[in-house]
Amino acid sequence: MDQGILNLETLWFVLIAVLWTGFFFLEGFDFGVGILLPFIGKDDDERRVVINTIGPTWDGNEVWLLTAGGAMFAAFPIWYATMFSGFYLALFLILIGLIVRGVAFEYRSKSPSSEWRRTWDGAIFVGSVLPAFLFGVAFGNLVRGVQIDAAGEYVGGFWALLNPYSLLMGVASLILFTLHGALFLSLKSKGVVCDRAMEVARPLSIATAGVLALAMVWSYVQTDSGVVPGLLPIAAVALLGVVIWLTYAKLFAWAFVFTGLTIVTVVAAIFIGMYPNVMTSTIDPAYSLTVFNASSTTMTLQIMSIVALIFVPIVLVYQSWSYWVFRKRVGPEDVRTPAH
Amino acid sequence: MEDLALLLARWQFGIVTVYHWLFVPITLGITWMVAIMETTWLYTKNPVYLRMTKFWGKLMLINFAIGVVTGIVQEFQFGMNWSTYSRFVGDIFGAPLAIEALLAFFIESTFLGLWIFGWKKLRPTVHAITIWLVAFGTMASAFWILVAGSWMQYPVGYVLNPETGRAEMDNFLEIITSKMLWAQFPHTIFVGFATAGSLMLGVSAWHLMKKQHLEVMRKSAAFASVALLIGSLGVALTGHWLGQVMVEVQPMKMAAAEALWEDEQPASFSLFAVGDKENNRNAVNVVIPSGLSLLSCNNLDCEVRGINSLQAEMVENHGPGDYIPNLFVTYWGFRAMVGAGSLMILIGALGVWFYLRGTLAKHRWFLLLALWGGIAAGFVGNATGWIFTELGRQPWVVYEVLLTRGTNSPTVPALWVWISLIGFSVLYAILAVPAVYLFVKFAKAGPGEETSNADVAASMVY
Ligand code: HDD
Ligand code: HEM
Ligand code: HEM
Repeated sequence: MDQGILNLETLWFVLIAVLWTGFFFLEGFDFGVGILLPFIGKDDDERRVVINTIGPTWDGNEVWLLTAGGAMFAAFPIWYATMFSGFYLALFLILIGLIVRGVAFEYRSKSPSSEWRRTWDGAIFVGSVLPAFLFGVAFGNLVRGVQIDAAGEYVGGFWALLNPYSLLMGVASLILFTLHGALFLSLKSKGVVCDRAMEVARPLSIATAGVLALAMVWSYVQTDSGVVPGLLPIAAVALLGVVIWLTYAKLFAWAFVFTGLTIVTVVAAIFIGMYPNVMTSTIDPAYSLTVFNASSTTMTLQIMSIVALIFVPIVLVYQSWSYWVFRKRVGPEDVRTPAH
Repeated sequence: MEDLALLLARWQFGIVTVYHWLFVPITLGITWMVAIMETTWLYTKNPVYLRMTKFWGKLMLINFAIGVVTGIVQEFQFGMNWSTYSRFVGDIFGAPLAIEALLAFFIESTFLGLWIFGWKKLRPTVHAITIWLVAFGTMASAFWILVAGSWMQYPVGYVLNPETGRAEMDNFLEIITSKMLWAQFPHTIFVGFATAGSLMLGVSAWHLMKKQHLEVMRKSAAFASVALLIGSLGVALTGHWLGQVMVEVQPMKMAAAEALWEDEQPASFSLFAVGDKENNRNAVNVVIPSGLSLLSCNNLDCEVRGINSLQAEMVENHGPGDYIPNLFVTYWGFRAMVGAGSLMILIGALGVWFYLRGTLAKHRWFLLLALWGGIAAGFVGNATGWIFTELGRQPWVVYEVLLTRGTNSPTVPALWVWISLIGFSVLYAILAVPAVYLFVKFAKAGPGEETSNADVAASMVY
C-alpha cells in the first residue's frame, strides 16, 4: 500500500488505540482496586472504602471499552469480526467477569448479611482478575500474530492463543493494573486502607518492572522487528523504574502518573508495532488484515470522524468533572451507616 | 454440524437479547419518572416527593445494574457469533453502535454515578439535572440501537458492492430518517413509559392493599397510572402506525401475524386461528370482518396480501426457498403483545379514573389486577413484541438482502457456542435470583422517612 499515513483509515487506527488507552488507563485501576479488595480490605468498612473509591466512576470507565468495541465494528468491521470470533472463548470469559463484577458493585451493599457481601466480594475479585489477565493475553496475540487464512478468518483454534508469550503478556497486564490500582487507592483513600495500599505498591512496583522487562525482551525477539516500535518498550520499563523510585520517595501521586504513562506507552508500542496491520497473519504475511483491507468505506469513516471530533471532547469534559466532584479521599467515616 | 452452530447461535442471541430487554423498558420509563419526582420535590419542597424519589430510585438502580451488564454482551456478540454478518453490514451497522456508546452510554453511566454518589456533593439543582441527563441518555441509547435494528428490518441508504460483496453506506440521512425507525422508536419509548408505569402501579397497589405508606403510595399510584395510560395509548397508536409501515415494507410478516393465506379484500382480523401448514390454509379461524383492512390502511375494504401469493413472489425474486416465518410464533406473539397492550390501557384508564374520584385505594380487585395483571402485561408485551418482530423477519437477517443462514461465524465450532449459550444462560438465571430478591425486598420495605439530601445520601451508598 502506498498510502501515506494521512488518511482516514490511519486516523481511525489511532483513535481506536486512544480508546483502548483510555480504557486501560481508567478501567486498569478499577481492575487493580478489585484485585486488591480482599487483600487491602480486612473488614467490611475497609472493603466499603476500597470499593467506594471507584464506586461513582467505574461504569463510565467501562464505556471506554464499549466505545472501543463499537468503533472497531464501525471503522474496521473485518477486524472486529475476525478478532471477536477468533478470540471467542477468551472474550466469553471476559464478559462473564465484567458481568459478575458490575452486578457485584451495585448489589453488594444492598443487604447487611456478611455471607451476601463475601459472595459479591469474591465476584469483584474474580471479575477483575479475569479481564485484567485476558486482555493482556489477547493483545499479546495481536503483537505476536495469529493464524489468519486467505479468507481473513482466524483458524488457529483456542489453545494456540495460550502460547507462552501471550500468557506472559497476560501476567504483565495483570500485575501492571494491580500496581496502578494500588497507587490509585493510595491517592483516593484514608486511614489503614491508604497505608496498606502504599505498602503493597512498593514491592509490587519492583515485581511489575521485572515482569515488564521480561515481556519487553521477549517482544523484541518475538516480533523480530528490533526497530519498530523502536524504543517505546524500553521507555515503558524505564518509566516503571521511575515508579519504583517514586514509591520509595513516597511521591504516590507522581507514581500514579507514571504507571499511567507506562500504560500509554505500552499501548502505543503495541499499536505502532502492528501498523499498518491490525491482525498479522503467521500463515502468510499477505493474508494479514491491514487498516486498509479491513476498514469501512470513506463515508462511514467520515461520519464517524465528525461524531468523534465533536463528542469525544465533550465526554472528556464531563468525565473529568465527575472525577473532580469525587476528588476527596474516601475514609471509614464516609461509609458507616448512620444509626437510625 | 454447521447448522447446529447456527441454531445454537440463534438461541443464544434470542436468550441474551430478550433477557436484556426484560430490564431495558423499565429503565427507559423509570428514569423519567424519578427525574420528574426529584424535580417536583425541588419545587414544592414537599418531603413526600423526596421519599418517592429515593424509593423508586433504589428500584431503578437494582434494575439498571442488570440492564448495564447484560448490554455489554450485546455489544460484542455480533463479532463473536455473527462474523459473516458483521463483515457484511459493518459499514452501516457498526456506526450507530459506536455512536450509541459515545453519545448515550457515557452520559448514562457518568451521570448515574454522579446521581447515586452526589446527594451531598452536588447542589440540589445540579443533582436533579444529572438524573435528567440519565433519562435523556437512555432515550438516545434506544434511538441509536434502533437505527441499527430497524435497518435490518428495512434496509435503506446503502448499496451492495459487488466487488467486496458487502453492503456499504450510501446515505446516512436516509438511514436515520427511515420510516421504520421513526415508527419503532416512538413505539419503544411509549413501551418504556407503559412498562415502568405498570410496574410502579403494581408495587404501589401492593402497599395500598396493605394500607401502609399511604401518602407516598397514593401519589405514586397516581403518577404511575398517568404514565401507564399515556404510555399504553401511545403504544397502541404507534403500534397501529408501525403495523402500517410493516404491511408496506414486510407484507409477509403481517400476513404471518394474521395467518392470512390468501389475498383478501376486504381483509378480516383474525381472533383465533388453528393453522394447517400442510395445506397452506387455516383449519379454524374466527375473525372480525374488515378488521385487518382497518388496521393496515385505515379503511374498511383495502386489499391485504396473503402468504401464498407473497411466497410465490419471493421465490420469483430471490430463488426457490421457504420464505414463510414461523407462523405459530408470529401469530400468537402478535396477539399476546396486543392483548397486553389492551390490558394496560384498561388498567391505566381505571387507575386514572379511580384516582380522580379519590377511590384508588378502595377497590381491592383493581389493586390485585394492577399488581398481577399490569406487571405481567409489561413483561409479556415486551418479550412477545420483540420475538414477533425478529422472528417474523426470518428467514432474512437483513430483510430481502441477506439470509440468516450462513451469517454466523464460520470458524466458531458448535462446541464454543454451546459453552457460551449454556454459560450465559446459567449465569443470567443465577443473576435473576439476587435481582428479583432485592427488587422485592426493597419494594416491600417501602419508603423511608427521609427529609433531606443527607438522609438520602446515607441510604444510597452503603
Ligand atoms: C430500545 C432500547 C434498547 C435496545 C433495543 C437495546 N438496548 Fe442496550 N441498553 C438500553 C437500551 C436498549 C438502555 C436503556 O440504554 C440500557 C439499559 C440499562 C442501561 O444502563 O442502559 C442499555 C444498556 C446497554 C449496554 C451497557 C451500557 C453501559 O455500560 O452503560 C450495552 C453495551 C448495550 N445496551 C448494547 C445493546 C445492543 C448491542 C443491543 C442490540 C442488540 C441492545 N443494547 C438493545
Ligand atoms: C432489545 C430488543 C430485541 C429483542 C428482544 C430481540 C430479539 C431477537 C430474537 C428473539 C432473535 C432471534 C430470532 C431467531 O433466532 O430467529 C433476534 C435476532 C437478531 N436480532 Fe434482535 N432483538 C432485539 C433488538 C435487536 C436490535 C436492536 C438489533 C440490532 C442492533 C438486533 C439484531 C439482531 C440480529 C443481528 C439477529 C440475528 C440473529 C438471528 O436472526 O437469529 N436485535 N433478535
Ligand atoms: C396495543 C396495541 C399494539 C399494537 C397494535 C402493536 C403493534 C406492533 C407492531 C405492528 C410491531 C411490529 C413491528 C415490526 O415488526 O417492525 C410491534 C413491535 C413491538 N411491540 Fe407492539 N403493539 C402493541 C402493543 C405493545 C405493547 C403493550 C408492548 C409492550 C409492553 C409492545 C412492545 C413491542 C415491542 C418491544 C416491539 C418490537 C420493537 C419495535 O418494533 O418497536 N407492543 N408492535
